[in-house]
Amino acid sequence: MFAIGLAHYLTVGAILFVLGVFGIFMNRKNVIVILMSVELILLSVNLNLVAFSARLNDLTGQVFALFILTVAAAEAAIGLAIVVIYYRNRGTIEIDDVSALKG
Amino acid sequence: MIAGLAFYLFAFILIASAVMVVTSRNAVYSVLFLILAFFNAAALFLIAGAEFLAMILVIVYVGAVAVLFLFVVMTLDVDFAQMREGFQRYAPIGGIIGGILFLELLFVLGAWSFAADAEDLRLSPTPVGVSNTEALGRVIYTDYIYLFQASGLILLVAMIGAIVLTLRDKPTARRQDIAAQIARSAVVTMAQPLVGQGIRREDILRPLPPPGKEEPAKQVEHGGHH
Repeated sequence: MFAIGLAHYLTVGAILFVLGVFGIFMNRKNVIVILMSVELILLSVNLNLVAFSARLNDLTGQVFALFILTVAAAEAAIGLAIVVIYYRNRGTIEIDDVSALKG
Repeated sequence: MIAGLAFYLFAFILIASAVMVVTSRNAVYSVLFLILAFFNAAALFLIAGAEFLAMILVIVYVGAVAVLFLFVVMTLDVDFAQMREGFQRYAPIGGIIGGILFLELLFVLGAWSFAADAEDLRLSPTPVGVSNTEALGRVIYTDYIYLFQASGLILLVAMIGAIVLTLRDKPTARRQDIAAQIARSAVVTMAQPLVGQGIRREDILRPLPPPGKEEPAKQVEHGGHH
């Protein structure tokens, strides 16, 4: 029972991924929590990549996880900047109000 | 044995804090639970043997991204309690889709196995007798150098984008108006106030503009800077 294999990591990654998707659906009003849910999803993907890397003795998974980390950091910075300027223009960050492009 | 127990402990805390990130009422608590989740994920990375990525996760995510989230959450004056209104309405569909997704992932997990030649298909096998950081460095700076440079470029573009997006010109900001500065009259007659009495603004006597000519719109308030 206490031997940790690939399946344990994949299960944790799957649960984390589902929780991230669930969070996107649950917090329809708050953009910041949606961004945090996206971070959770990327974290679960990283967990899977690292688990496969450890199982196969292949460093490529860890290199890929490193690049995902980079892109996630850039995405968080840009997303939060957009949230800040949206709040400055509209005074709210509710998703339901983001319909300016609908015409 | 010890590693197994540690794995279960860290995985439990990771999942519990992820649940709290999603369902917490206050967004500040969400960010703090996100930080806890990152720490536990770093511990899981350590158990899997990815030491460098664990440290990077703590440094980059906890040190930069989560603090950025915290900064933005605390800066925006948002009524978070009022934002939870749609929680009940979206819970069923979110639960259904999440459940379906989880079932599908479990099916994939159950009916899946490695290819027979998976060992031979490895791109960069882990070298023996080299620490994780050194092995990663050897691979990143040789085989993946172009991807590494491209990720640096992505970070640069993201930084420039964030700065350009949030930069704004305040209308009250005082800028140097060189044309007005050059065009103004150089002759400013100073008043001679009594000692200890100070000087009011009205006491500075400026020469009257010549008749028929408009005074420049922007008057420099203090004489002296040229």
